Amino acid sequence: MAINWKLWLQSVVVNMEHTMSKDAILIAGKSYSSRLLVGTGKYKSPGEMQAAIEASGAEIVTIAIRRNNIGQSTGEPSLLDIISPSKYTLLPNTAGCYTAEEAVRTLHLARELLDGHSLVKLEVLGDPQSLYPNVVETLAAAKTLVADGFKVMAYTSDDPIVAQTLEDIGCVAIMPLASLIGSGMGILNPLNLQLIVDRVRVPVIVDAGVGTASDAAIAMELGCHGVLMNTAIAAAQNPVLMASAMEQAVKAGRMAFLAGRMPRRLYSASPSSPSDGLIS
Amino acid sequence: MIAILVNGETRQLDNSISVFTLLERLQLAGQRIALEHNGVIVPRSQFNQQLLSDGDQLEIVVAVGGG
Repeated sequence: MAINWKLWLQSVVVNMEHTMSKDAILIAGKSYSSRLLVGTGKYKSPGEMQAAIEASGAEIVTIAIRRNNIGQSTGEPSLLDIISPSKYTLLPNTAGCYTAEEAVRTLHLARELLDGHSLVKLEVLGDPQSLYPNVVETLAAAKTLVADGFKVMAYTSDDPIVAQTLEDIGCVAIMPLASLIGSGMGILNPLNLQLIVDRVRVPVIVDAGVGTASDAAIAMELGCHGVLMNTAIAAAQNPVLMASAMEQAVKAGRMAFLAGRMPRRLYSASPSSPSDGLIS
Repeated sequence: MIAILVNGETRQLDNSISVFTLLERLQLAGQRIALEHNGVIVPRSQFNQQLLSDGDQLEIVVAVGGG
Protein backbone atom coordinates (compact mmCIF):
# COMPACT_ATOMS: atom_id res chain seq x y z
CA MET A 1 0.00 0.00 0.00
CA ALA A 2 1.32 3.42 -0.93
CA ILE A 3 2.06 5.78 1.94
CA ASN A 4 -0.02 8.93 1.98
CA TRP A 5 2.88 11.31 2.57
CA LYS A 6 0.66 14.31 3.07
CA LEU A 7 -1.21 12.58 5.90
CA TRP A 8 2.03 11.29 7.36
CA LEU A 9 3.54 14.77 7.37
CA GLN A 10 0.42 16.19 8.99
CA SER A 11 0.59 13.61 11.76
CA VAL A 12 4.28 14.37 12.37
CA VAL A 13 3.56 18.08 12.67
CA VAL A 14 0.57 17.52 14.96
CA ASN A 15 2.70 15.17 17.05
CA MET A 16 5.48 17.73 17.36
CA GLU A 17 3.11 20.53 18.24
CA HIS A 18 1.52 18.26 20.83
CA THR A 19 4.94 17.42 22.30
CA MET A 20 5.92 21.09 22.50
CA SER A 21 2.59 22.20 23.95
CA LYS A 22 3.03 19.65 26.75
CA ASP A 23 6.64 20.61 27.34
CA ALA A 24 6.04 22.73 30.41
CA ILE A 25 8.55 23.63 33.09
CA LEU A 26 7.52 22.67 36.61
CA ILE A 27 8.68 25.02 39.36
CA ALA A 28 7.60 24.40 42.96
CA GLY A 29 4.65 22.32 41.77
CA LYS A 30 3.34 24.87 39.26
CA SER A 31 3.73 24.39 35.53
CA TYR A 32 4.67 27.19 33.14
CA SER A 33 4.62 26.97 29.36
CA SER A 34 7.28 29.66 28.93
CA ARG A 35 10.87 28.82 29.83
CA LEU A 36 11.93 32.45 29.61
CA LEU A 37 11.89 34.46 32.83
CA VAL A 38 12.42 38.21 32.61
CA GLY A 39 13.29 41.13 34.83
CA THR A 40 11.67 44.56 35.12
CA GLY A 41 14.75 46.75 35.60
CA LYS A 42 16.61 49.24 33.40
CA TYR A 43 13.78 50.03 30.96
CA LYS A 44 13.48 53.56 29.58
CA SER A 45 9.78 53.76 30.45
CA PRO A 46 7.04 51.67 32.07
CA GLY A 47 5.39 51.37 28.64
CA GLU A 48 8.51 49.94 27.06
CA MET A 49 8.87 47.48 29.92
CA GLN A 50 5.28 46.36 29.61
CA ALA A 51 5.55 45.88 25.83
CA ALA A 52 8.84 43.97 26.12
CA ILE A 53 7.53 41.64 28.81
CA GLU A 54 4.43 41.01 26.73
CA ALA A 55 6.58 40.25 23.67
CA SER A 56 8.81 37.86 25.66
CA GLY A 57 5.88 35.60 26.49
CA ALA A 58 7.33 35.26 30.01
CA GLU A 59 5.04 34.13 32.80
CA ILE A 60 7.51 34.64 35.64
CA VAL A 61 8.73 38.20 36.14
CA THR A 62 11.28 39.38 38.70
CA ILE A 63 10.87 42.49 40.83
CA ALA A 64 13.06 44.20 43.42
CA ILE A 65 12.12 45.46 46.87
CA ARG A 66 13.27 48.94 47.82
CA ARG A 67 12.60 51.71 50.30
CA ASN A 68 9.71 53.89 49.24
CA ASN A 69 10.80 57.40 48.21
CA ILE A 70 8.55 59.21 50.64
CA GLY A 71 6.97 62.32 49.18
CA GLN A 72 8.47 61.76 45.75
CA SER A 73 6.33 58.98 44.41
CA THR A 74 2.77 60.17 44.90
CA GLY A 75 0.80 59.90 41.70
CA GLU A 76 3.33 57.64 39.96
CA PRO A 77 1.92 54.24 38.97
CA SER A 78 3.16 51.40 41.16
CA LEU A 79 5.10 48.61 39.44
CA LEU A 80 2.41 46.23 40.66
CA ASP A 81 -0.20 48.20 38.70
CA ILE A 82 1.82 47.69 35.50
CA ILE A 83 2.91 44.11 36.13
CA SER A 84 -0.20 42.67 37.69
CA PRO A 85 0.25 39.80 40.14
CA SER A 86 -2.94 38.31 38.69
CA LYS A 87 -1.38 38.06 35.23
CA TYR A 88 2.22 37.17 36.06
CA THR A 89 3.95 35.08 38.70
CA LEU A 90 6.05 37.70 40.44
CA LEU A 91 9.48 36.70 41.60
CA PRO A 92 10.78 39.14 44.22
CA ASN A 93 14.57 39.19 44.33
CA THR A 94 17.20 40.15 46.86
CA ALA A 95 19.39 42.08 44.43
CA GLY A 96 21.72 44.41 46.27
CA CYS A 97 21.93 42.20 49.37
CA TYR A 98 25.43 41.26 50.52
CA THR A 99 24.57 39.18 53.58
CA ALA A 100 22.20 36.31 54.31
CA GLU A 101 20.52 38.43 56.96
CA GLU A 102 19.69 41.27 54.54
CA ALA A 103 18.37 38.80 51.97
CA VAL A 104 16.14 37.00 54.45
CA ARG A 105 14.77 40.30 55.78
CA THR A 106 14.08 41.56 52.24
CA LEU A 107 12.14 38.45 51.29
CA HIS A 108 10.03 38.53 54.44
CA LEU A 109 9.05 42.07 53.43
CA ALA A 110 8.36 40.84 49.89
CA ARG A 111 6.10 38.11 51.21
CA GLU A 112 4.15 40.68 53.20
CA LEU A 113 3.97 43.02 50.20
CA LEU A 114 2.69 40.25 47.92
CA ASP A 115 0.10 38.85 50.33
CA GLY A 116 1.92 35.70 51.39
CA HIS A 117 3.51 34.86 48.05
CA SER A 118 6.35 32.43 48.75
CA LEU A 119 8.21 31.91 45.44
CA VAL A 120 11.37 34.04 45.60
CA LYS A 121 14.69 34.62 43.89
CA LEU A 122 17.56 34.53 46.35
CA GLU A 123 20.72 36.31 45.33
CA VAL A 124 23.43 37.31 47.74
CA LEU A 125 26.23 39.23 46.11
CA GLY A 126 29.90 39.13 46.91
CA ASP A 127 31.11 42.54 45.83
CA PRO A 128 29.62 45.57 44.07
CA GLN A 129 32.15 45.56 41.25
CA SER A 130 31.59 42.06 39.88
CA LEU A 131 28.20 41.28 41.50
CA TYR A 132 29.54 37.72 41.72
CA PRO A 133 27.39 35.58 44.02
CA ASN A 134 28.59 34.99 47.58
CA VAL A 135 27.81 31.28 47.83
CA VAL A 136 28.58 31.04 51.56
CA GLU A 137 25.94 33.65 52.39
CA THR A 138 23.60 32.23 49.72
CA LEU A 139 23.71 28.78 51.33
CA ALA A 140 23.05 30.25 54.79
CA ALA A 141 20.13 32.34 53.52
CA ALA A 142 18.67 29.40 51.58
CA LYS A 143 18.60 27.27 54.73
CA THR A 144 16.76 29.95 56.72
CA LEU A 145 14.31 30.74 53.93
CA VAL A 146 13.41 27.09 53.26
CA ALA A 147 12.82 26.64 57.00
CA ASP A 148 10.61 29.77 56.94
CA GLY A 149 8.42 28.22 54.22
CA PHE A 150 9.78 30.05 51.17
CA LYS A 151 10.13 28.40 47.76
CA VAL A 152 13.62 29.46 46.88
CA MET A 153 15.05 29.86 43.39
CA ALA A 154 18.73 30.38 44.07
CA TYR A 155 21.06 32.50 41.96
CA THR A 156 24.53 31.04 42.31
CA SER A 157 27.90 30.44 40.70
CA ASP A 158 28.29 27.66 38.13
CA ASP A 159 29.87 25.35 40.72
CA PRO A 160 28.12 21.95 40.47
CA ILE A 161 28.80 21.06 44.11
CA VAL A 162 27.25 24.30 45.35
CA ALA A 163 24.29 23.67 43.01
CA GLN A 164 23.84 20.20 44.48
CA THR A 165 24.08 21.57 48.03
CA LEU A 166 21.39 24.19 47.26
CA GLU A 167 19.14 21.42 45.96
CA ASP A 168 19.81 19.34 49.10
CA ILE A 169 18.83 22.35 51.24
CA GLY A 170 15.47 22.36 49.45
CA CYS A 171 15.72 25.07 46.78
CA VAL A 172 13.10 24.66 44.05
CA ALA A 173 15.37 25.84 41.21
CA ILE A 174 19.09 26.35 40.78
CA MET A 175 20.05 29.46 38.81
CA PRO A 176 23.73 29.49 37.86
CA LEU A 177 25.25 32.48 36.10
CA ALA A 178 26.36 32.27 32.48
CA SER A 179 28.65 35.25 33.08
CA LEU A 180 28.55 38.32 35.32
CA ILE A 181 25.22 40.13 35.90
CA GLY A 182 24.59 42.73 33.20
CA SER A 183 27.79 41.82 31.31
CA GLY A 184 26.17 40.31 28.21
CA MET A 185 29.24 38.08 27.87
CA GLY A 186 27.23 34.95 27.17
CA ILE A 187 27.92 31.43 28.39
CA LEU A 188 31.54 31.33 29.48
CA ASN A 189 31.60 27.83 30.93
CA PRO A 190 29.17 25.51 29.17
CA LEU A 191 30.87 22.47 30.69
CA ASN A 192 30.00 23.55 34.23
CA LEU A 193 26.38 24.20 33.25
CA GLN A 194 26.32 20.69 31.76
CA LEU A 195 27.68 19.25 35.03
CA ILE A 196 24.95 21.07 36.97
CA VAL A 197 22.20 19.92 34.60
CA ASP A 198 23.44 16.32 34.89
CA ARG A 199 23.63 16.44 38.67
CA VAL A 200 20.61 18.42 39.82
CA ARG A 201 16.99 17.20 39.63
CA VAL A 202 15.18 20.51 40.18
CA PRO A 203 15.00 22.95 37.22
CA VAL A 204 18.28 24.61 36.25
CA ILE A 205 17.71 28.15 34.99
CA VAL A 206 20.60 30.16 33.58
CA ASP A 207 20.46 33.55 35.26
CA ALA A 208 22.71 36.46 34.30
CA GLY A 209 25.17 37.03 31.49
CA VAL A 210 23.01 36.32 28.44
CA GLY A 211 23.74 38.99 25.81
CA THR A 212 21.81 37.96 22.73
CA ALA A 213 19.46 35.31 21.37
CA SER A 214 22.13 32.72 20.53
CA ASP A 215 23.31 32.73 24.17
CA ALA A 216 19.82 31.80 25.30
CA ALA A 217 19.60 29.09 22.65
CA ILE A 218 22.95 27.62 23.74
CA ALA A 219 21.80 27.50 27.36
CA MET A 220 18.70 25.58 26.33
CA GLU A 221 20.64 23.26 24.00
CA LEU A 222 22.84 22.34 26.96
CA GLY A 223 19.73 21.02 28.66
CA CYS A 224 19.07 23.93 31.00
CA HIS A 225 15.37 24.13 31.78
CA GLY A 226 14.99 27.87 31.42
CA VAL A 227 16.73 31.21 31.12
CA LEU A 228 16.28 34.36 33.22
CA MET A 229 17.39 37.69 31.82
CA ASN A 230 16.89 41.42 32.21
CA THR A 231 19.65 43.56 30.70
CA ALA A 232 19.88 41.59 27.43
CA ILE A 233 16.35 42.75 26.66
CA ALA A 234 16.20 46.12 28.43
CA ALA A 235 19.55 47.36 27.08
CA ALA A 236 18.93 46.24 23.49
CA GLN A 237 18.43 49.01 20.92
CA ASN A 238 14.91 47.67 20.43
CA PRO A 239 13.89 45.88 23.64
CA VAL A 240 10.52 44.69 22.33
CA LEU A 241 12.08 43.07 19.26
CA MET A 242 14.83 41.52 21.39
CA ALA A 243 12.22 40.16 23.81
CA SER A 244 10.54 38.40 20.92
CA ALA A 245 13.90 37.11 19.66
CA MET A 246 14.64 35.71 23.12
CA GLU A 247 11.30 33.94 23.25
CA GLN A 248 12.05 32.23 19.95
CA ALA A 249 15.66 31.46 20.91
CA VAL A 250 14.59 29.76 24.13
CA LYS A 251 12.00 27.74 22.22
CA ALA A 252 14.44 26.84 19.42
CA GLY A 253 17.13 25.84 21.90
CA ARG A 254 14.68 23.71 23.84
CA MET A 255 13.44 21.97 20.67
CA ALA A 256 17.02 21.32 19.55
CA PHE A 257 17.79 19.82 22.96
CA LEU A 258 14.73 17.55 22.78
CA ALA A 259 15.52 16.63 19.17
CA GLY A 260 19.06 15.61 20.16
CA ARG A 261 21.89 17.15 18.21
CA MET A 262 24.20 15.19 15.92
CA PRO A 263 27.56 14.27 17.41
CA ARG A 264 30.46 16.65 16.85
CA ARG A 265 33.02 15.12 14.47
CA LEU A 266 36.27 16.47 13.24
CA TYR A 267 36.99 15.22 9.67
CA SER A 268 34.03 12.84 9.44
CA ALA A 269 34.50 12.64 5.67
CA SER A 270 30.75 12.28 5.41
CA PRO A 271 29.38 14.73 2.84
CA SER A 272 25.69 15.52 2.81
CA SER A 273 25.40 14.91 -0.92
CA PRO A 274 25.95 11.51 -2.61
CA SER A 275 29.56 10.77 -3.50
CA ASP A 276 28.63 8.63 -6.52
CA GLY A 277 27.01 9.66 -9.77
CA LEU A 278 29.32 12.59 -10.20
CA ILE A 279 29.78 13.75 -13.80
CA SER A 280 33.18 13.24 -15.28
CA MET B 1 7.50 65.67 70.78
CA ILE B 2 8.83 62.32 69.69
CA ALA B 3 11.30 61.49 66.94
CA ILE B 4 11.07 58.42 64.72
CA LEU B 5 13.26 57.19 61.89
CA VAL B 6 11.39 56.48 58.63
CA ASN B 7 13.52 54.89 55.89
CA GLY B 8 16.62 56.35 57.50
CA GLU B 9 15.21 59.90 57.87
CA THR B 10 14.26 61.49 61.18
CA ARG B 11 10.68 62.73 61.52
CA GLN B 12 9.25 64.71 64.44
CA LEU B 13 5.76 63.94 65.69
CA ASP B 14 3.70 65.96 68.21
CA ASN B 15 2.53 62.86 69.95
CA SER B 16 2.37 59.10 69.58
CA ILE B 17 0.28 58.13 66.55
CA SER B 18 -0.60 54.84 64.93
CA VAL B 19 1.24 53.42 61.92
CA PHE B 20 -1.94 53.98 59.91
CA THR B 21 -2.08 57.70 60.80
CA LEU B 22 1.57 58.10 59.85
CA LEU B 23 0.93 56.41 56.50
CA GLU B 24 -1.99 58.77 55.89
CA ARG B 25 0.26 61.76 56.58
CA LEU B 26 2.87 60.37 54.19
CA GLN B 27 0.14 59.82 51.57
CA LEU B 28 0.85 56.11 51.63
CA ALA B 29 -2.41 54.84 53.09
CA GLY B 30 -3.97 52.19 50.89
CA GLN B 31 -0.86 51.86 48.72
CA ARG B 32 0.97 48.60 48.10
CA ILE B 33 3.71 48.75 50.70
CA ALA B 34 5.23 46.48 53.32
CA LEU B 35 6.35 47.84 56.65
CA GLU B 36 8.86 46.89 59.30
CA HIS B 37 8.57 48.43 62.79
CA ASN B 38 11.79 48.09 64.79
CA GLY B 39 12.77 45.14 62.59
CA VAL B 40 9.43 43.33 62.91
CA ILE B 41 6.98 43.16 59.99
CA VAL B 42 3.61 44.71 60.76
CA PRO B 43 0.71 43.09 58.86
CA ARG B 44 -1.65 45.57 57.15
CA SER B 45 -4.45 44.50 59.48
CA GLN B 46 -2.46 45.85 62.44
CA PHE B 47 -1.58 49.31 61.07
CA ASN B 48 -4.38 50.85 63.14
CA GLN B 49 -3.40 49.28 66.47
CA GLN B 50 0.38 49.67 66.19
CA LEU B 51 1.48 52.86 68.00
CA LEU B 52 4.76 54.66 67.41
CA SER B 53 7.08 55.66 70.25
CA ASP B 54 10.12 57.90 70.50
CA GLY B 55 13.16 56.35 68.80
CA ASP B 56 11.17 53.83 66.74
CA GLN B 57 12.55 52.80 63.37
CA LEU B 58 10.34 52.14 60.36
CA GLU B 59 11.20 50.67 57.00
CA ILE B 60 8.59 51.14 54.28
CA VAL B 61 9.21 49.25 51.04
CA VAL B 62 7.60 48.93 47.63
CA ALA B 63 8.11 46.80 44.53
CA VAL B 64 10.41 48.37 41.92
CA GLY B 65 11.90 47.20 38.64
CA GLY B 66 14.72 44.69 38.98
CA GLY B 67 16.27 41.59 37.46
